[in-house]
Amino acid sequence: MSEMINLTIDGETILVPAGTTVMDAAERLGIHIPRLCYHPNLSLEGSCRVCVVQVEGFDHCLASCATTAWEGMEVQTNSPVIRQARRDIVELLLDNHPRDCQTCDRDGVCELQNLAYRLGVRERHFEGRRKQFPVDDSGASVVRNAEKCILCGRCIRVCDEIQGVANLSQHGRGFTTVVGPANLAPMDESACIQCGQCVSVCPTAAFLEQDHTERVWEALGHPRTEKHVVATTAPAIRAALGEAFGLPVGTPVTGKMVTALRRMGFDAVFDVNFSADLTVMEEAHELLKRMEGGGPLPLLTSCSPGWVSFLEKFYPEMIPHMSSCKSPMQMQSTLIKSYYAQQKGLDPKDIYVVSVMPCVAKKFEAARPEHTLDGRPTTDAVVTTRELAQMIKSYGIDFTRLPDGEFDHPLGTSSGAADIFGATGGVMEAALRTAAYKLTGRNLGNLELTEVRGAAGEIRETSVTLAGRTLNVAVANGLQNAKVLLDAVKRGEKQYHLIEIMACPGGCICGGGQPYPPIGSYTMNRDLAKGRARALYGIDSGKTLRCSHDNPDVQKLYEAFLGEPLSPTAHALLHTHYTARTPRGIR
Amino acid sequence: MTACPHCPTDNWPELERGYRAMLPEDVLAFIDAHRGEPHSESLLIATLHMVQDHLGHLGPGHLEAVAQLMQIPLAKVTGVATFYHYFRLQPRGRYLINVCLGTACYVKGAEKVAQKLMDELGIHFGETSKDGIFSLESTRCVGTCGLAPVVMIGEEVHGPLTPGQVPALLESYLARAAEEMAKV
Repeated sequence: MSEMINLTIDGETILVPAGTTVMDAAERLGIHIPRLCYHPNLSLEGSCRVCVVQVEGFDHCLASCATTAWEGMEVQTNSPVIRQARRDIVELLLDNHPRDCQTCDRDGVCELQNLAYRLGVRERHFEGRRKQFPVDDSGASVVRNAEKCILCGRCIRVCDEIQGVANLSQHGRGFTTVVGPANLAPMDESACIQCGQCVSVCPTAAFLEQDHTERVWEALGHPRTEKHVVATTAPAIRAALGEAFGLPVGTPVTGKMVTALRRMGFDAVFDVNFSADLTVMEEAHELLKRMEGGGPLPLLTSCSPGWVSFLEKFYPEMIPHMSSCKSPMQMQSTLIKSYYAQQKGLDPKDIYVVSVMPCVAKKFEAARPEHTLDGRPTTDAVVTTRELAQMIKSYGIDFTRLPDGEFDHPLGTSSGAADIFGATGGVMEAALRTAAYKLTGRNLGNLELTEVRGAAGEIRETSVTLAGRTLNVAVANGLQNAKVLLDAVKRGEKQYHLIEIMACPGGCICGGGQPYPPIGSYTMNRDLAKGRARALYGIDSGKTLRCSHDNPDVQKLYEAFLGEPLSPTAHALLHTHYTARTPRGIR
Repeated sequence: MTACPHCPTDNWPELERGYRAMLPEDVLAFIDAHRGEPHSESLLIATLHMVQDHLGHLGPGHLEAVAQLMQIPLAKVTGVATFYHYFRLQPRGRYLINVCLGTACYVKGAEKVAQKLMDELGIHFGETSKDGIFSLESTRCVGTCGLAPVVMIGEEVHGPLTPGQVPALLESYLARAAEEMAKV
C-alpha cells in the first residue's frame, strides 16, 4: 500500500495517498477548486493560475493542480486573499478578451464566462490594449479565432497527446503569444486532420466548427416544389442530443429527434444507420475477399474522416490497407441522390442533403472532391449535434415534450449493429456479426462481443474463431492509439485481419461535434462516454433486428439496385479512394 | 481500387530527398548522427543554431526540413523558433543596422533615432526592409558612449546622430549598395 499523508483543507483534515495533488484532495472533500487550463485527461499545464490556493508558511499562492500535498500541509481555498487573487486573474483574462459574449457561439456554455459569473466578477478594473488577430476560417471543419484564446493550451495538448497530430503550438512570446499551426499557416494548409477535439476541449470560442446552419435554413426556406430537403442522422446523435436539452447523459432520443427534424420542415428524415448496415455488408465482404485473395491485411475501417485524413497525412504507405468503403454518411448521401431520387422521380440536383453528425471532420469529408455526383457534392451540408440542438432551440421546439417519430423509407430502417457504430468497437462488432454469418451460415449464438467494447482511450484486441478460421482483430480510438497499433503492425509484432480506428476518444459518441459537457464536467470524461455508449447498446439490445445482413431494406436495395456486395454498381456508388497528402505528418 | 491510381501511396522517399536538399551537409550529418537517440528532440535548438549560422536565417523551408528530418512536429519547431529572439526568420539584409539602446545612448535620445529608422524603413526591430538592403536590430552598448547616440551599420559606427540625419545616412548606404550591385 502506498504511503498515506494527512493534510488540512479549509479546516478539515483528510488522509490521502502520497502524491495526490491539492486539487484532487480538495475534490475528495467536496471542494471544487475553480480551474481553466487543467484537464484530467491531459498533461499538467499550470498556466492559468485560476486554481490557486493559500498554503500555511508560503507568502505566495500555489496552483493546486500542480502542487503535490505533503504531510501536515494546511491549505485555504477560499480565504479573502485567494478569492481576490482568483477574481483578479479571471478579470485580467477578460480584459484581454473580446467583449462580445452576447453574440458569441459559446454564450451560455463558455467556461470563462461561467467562471467569471461564479467568482463574482461584476466589474472591470483594468483597461489596456487587447490582442488582435484575424479569424482563420480556411479549414473546411475547424475555425480558429485567436482573439478568444486564453492560452490555456488544452488544444495543444489534446492534439499532441490524444490525437498524436501535434498540429498546434504557441508561437511568439509575451503579449503577442498566439496558438496556431506551424508558422501560423492557414488551417487548411496545416497538418490538421479536422477531428475537432480542439473544439471539444477549448474553454472558450477560440476553436469552433464551420457553421453550416445558415445554409440549411436557406435550403429549408425554398418551396418544397423547388428543393427536396432531406435530413439524415448519424448513430451517435441520438445518444447525446438530449443532453443539450437538459436530459440525463445516456438518454436515447431517436424518436424526438425525428419529430423535431420533420417539424423544422425536412421533406424526408432518413437514418445514416441504414448505410451503416450497408457499410457492414460491403466491408465484411471486402474483408472475406482479402482473406481469400491474400489482399493487404489488416483491413482498416474507413468510417471516421479524421482518421482517413490522418492516414493520408501520417501513414500514406498504409493506404492499400484502408477499406475502400465510403463512410456511412457518404454511402447514404450517394443513395439519396441516386436510389431514392430514382424511386421518387426526383432530379438529384433538386435534392438537398443535410447530414447530422457528431463529427466536425464530416464537414471536410463532404467537401472532398471525390464525394460528388455530376460535379455537385453528394452531401450539401453537415450540421453537428451542437448545431442541430441550436437549430431546434431557435425554431422554438420544446424538444423534451415531443412525441416519437419514425424514420422515412427506404433509407430509414436499421439493425442494432448500425446503432452501435457510434461507440468505439461498434463497427468491429457489427462487422463480425455479419462475417460470422457469411462464414458459418448462421448468426452468432451470442451477438454481444463485449471484448471489443472499449472505453475512451483504450486499445482492445481479441481473436474470434469462425468456421475453423481465427480472426485477429483490434480496436483503437484516439489517433495516438492508432499510431501504437499501426507501428506494431509495421514492425511485424502484430498480425491482425481487421482493425477499427475511430479518430475521437471513445468513438463518435465523443466526436468533436457533440454537445459540450455540462460545466463542471469535461470532455473525454469516462462516465460521459460510458453513458452515451450505454444508450446505443441499449437500443441495440432492445431491437429484434440486430445484424446488418438481416436488414430487409438493405436486402431490398441489393435486389433492386446494387446487385450484390462489391458488385460494379456497388463499387461505383459506395467505394472511394485515398491520396497521400502533405504536409506529411510527423509520427 | 483502394489506392489512388494517380499517386504513389508512400511519399516519404521523395519528400526526404527534398528536405535533405534544403540543409547544409554538416547539419544533416548532425541530425543523422543523433537520430534514434533517447531525447534527440532536445537537440532542436542546437540544430536551429547550426542552420542559422550557415544560412543566416531560418526560412519556412528550413524549419520544415529540420522538423521532418528530426521527426519533431513542425508546430513545435516554429513555436521554438518564434519564441527565441536570437532566431531570425527572415533573411538578413545587405547592411545590418544596430541601434544602441544602452544607457548613455538612451538618455541622449537613441529611441527617437530608432523610431526614425523604423519610420523610414517601414520595419520593426528584427525585420528586414522589403528591398532586402537593411535589417534593423538593437544592441546594448557598443563601447563608444562618447559618440552617443550611436548606430552601427555593418562594422561602421555613426554618432552622435539626430533623427534628422537618418534619411541622408540611409541614402548613402543605398547609393553604396547600388554601386556594389552595378559592379557585379
